[in-house]
Amino acid sequence: MTTEVRIDAKKNCRGVGCPMNLVHAKVGLAALEPGQVLEIILDHGPPVNNVPASVEQEGHTVLDRRRLDDGSWSVLVRKAAGMRPHRPPRT
Amino acid sequence: MTPFSQQQLERYSRHILLQDVGVEGQIRLCGARVLIVGAGGLGAPAALYLAAAGVGTVGIVDNDHVDISNLQRQIIHFTKDIGVAKVESAAEKMQAINPGIRVRTHPAFLCADNIREIIRDYDFVIDGADNFPTKFLVNDACVMEGIPFSHGGILRFDGQTMTIVPGKSACYRCTFRTPPPADAVPTCSQAGVLGAIAGMLGTIQAAEALKFITGAGELLTNALLTFDARTMHFRRIPLRPQDDCPVCGAAPTITALEDMEQSACSLT
Ligand SMILES: [Zn+2]
Repeated sequence: MTTEVRIDAKKNCRGVGCPMNLVHAKVGLAALEPGQVLEIILDHGPPVNNVPASVEQEGHTVLDRRRLDDGSWSVLVRKAAGMRPHRPPRT
Repeated sequence: MTPFSQQQLERYSRHILLQDVGVEGQIRLCGARVLIVGAGGLGAPAALYLAAAGVGTVGIVDNDHVDISNLQRQIIHFTKDIGVAKVESAAEKMQAINPGIRVRTHPAFLCADNIREIIRDYDFVIDGADNFPTKFLVNDACVMEGIPFSHGGILRFDGQTMTIVPGKSACYRCTFRTPPPADAVPTCSQAGVLGAIAGMLGTIQAAEALKFITGAGELLTNALLTFDARTMHFRRIPLRPQDDCPVCGAAPTITALEDMEQSACSLT
């Protein structure tokens, strides 16, 4: 049973292999506030086997993973607390 | 949402994947300004890696032209560049690696009159100078301007480096008070240097610059790292800021920059 989770942003990584799918996931997460949720669409196989574990290793929480009709996966990731959205570069 | 194009994401993907760098670290790199003093043995690998890393502005100061005797270790210069200004030769390779960065060339000899004005435009300085007066000048100017920098030196099989964050860590003068007397150090052409150790040391300096900009890890501050490539022994000597340091101590005696007499040089 999954309760309804509000999705704040989406990254469609269908057809995107490792490790660029993780790069896109990190870009998506970097733009969020802590606690917000990113939905990542990942291919079956290595992508869904690797990316969720990698984002968890960085402190984020995988809330749910769900097989979609086309065989790909929807993975919901909540951004870790204490991680600010990216700051503008120092000048 | 992201400031990076698809191509940039791929170019910098190996940085973005690092947890300690990430998207934010790469954004900082792309906005950072680093000055490299000397397009020689140390400056050559440092310049290539900073360009490859996407450091937004890389400045390079050097007043020399490429000589055939440089090519054994100064890997940014090619045989076709003999006779070309080193800053131009270096800039060409850096832009070839990464057309997305800005290279600023300073074809000048750093001296007391121009150094503060030049370094002021940068967030971090890499000292790859080939002579002691310039190394002391870089230290003093960076301390006065509050600009962090990496000191580096190589000779024969030996290398040494330390990172200085003014106001926070020991400076070069805390450890080495004055340049050695001219006759105590062999001249460039007499001493020789194993080419690859320029790469060993210059890339450590580049890594320190990248760490400073991204905030990753811990800098090589309050420590002098030395190596002897004959045995490949590395040693890390702890240092402390010295209260009586003539430039960063409690009562500094060096408050203005002065050109020192050109003594012998270490080889870069
Ligand atoms: Zn000092």
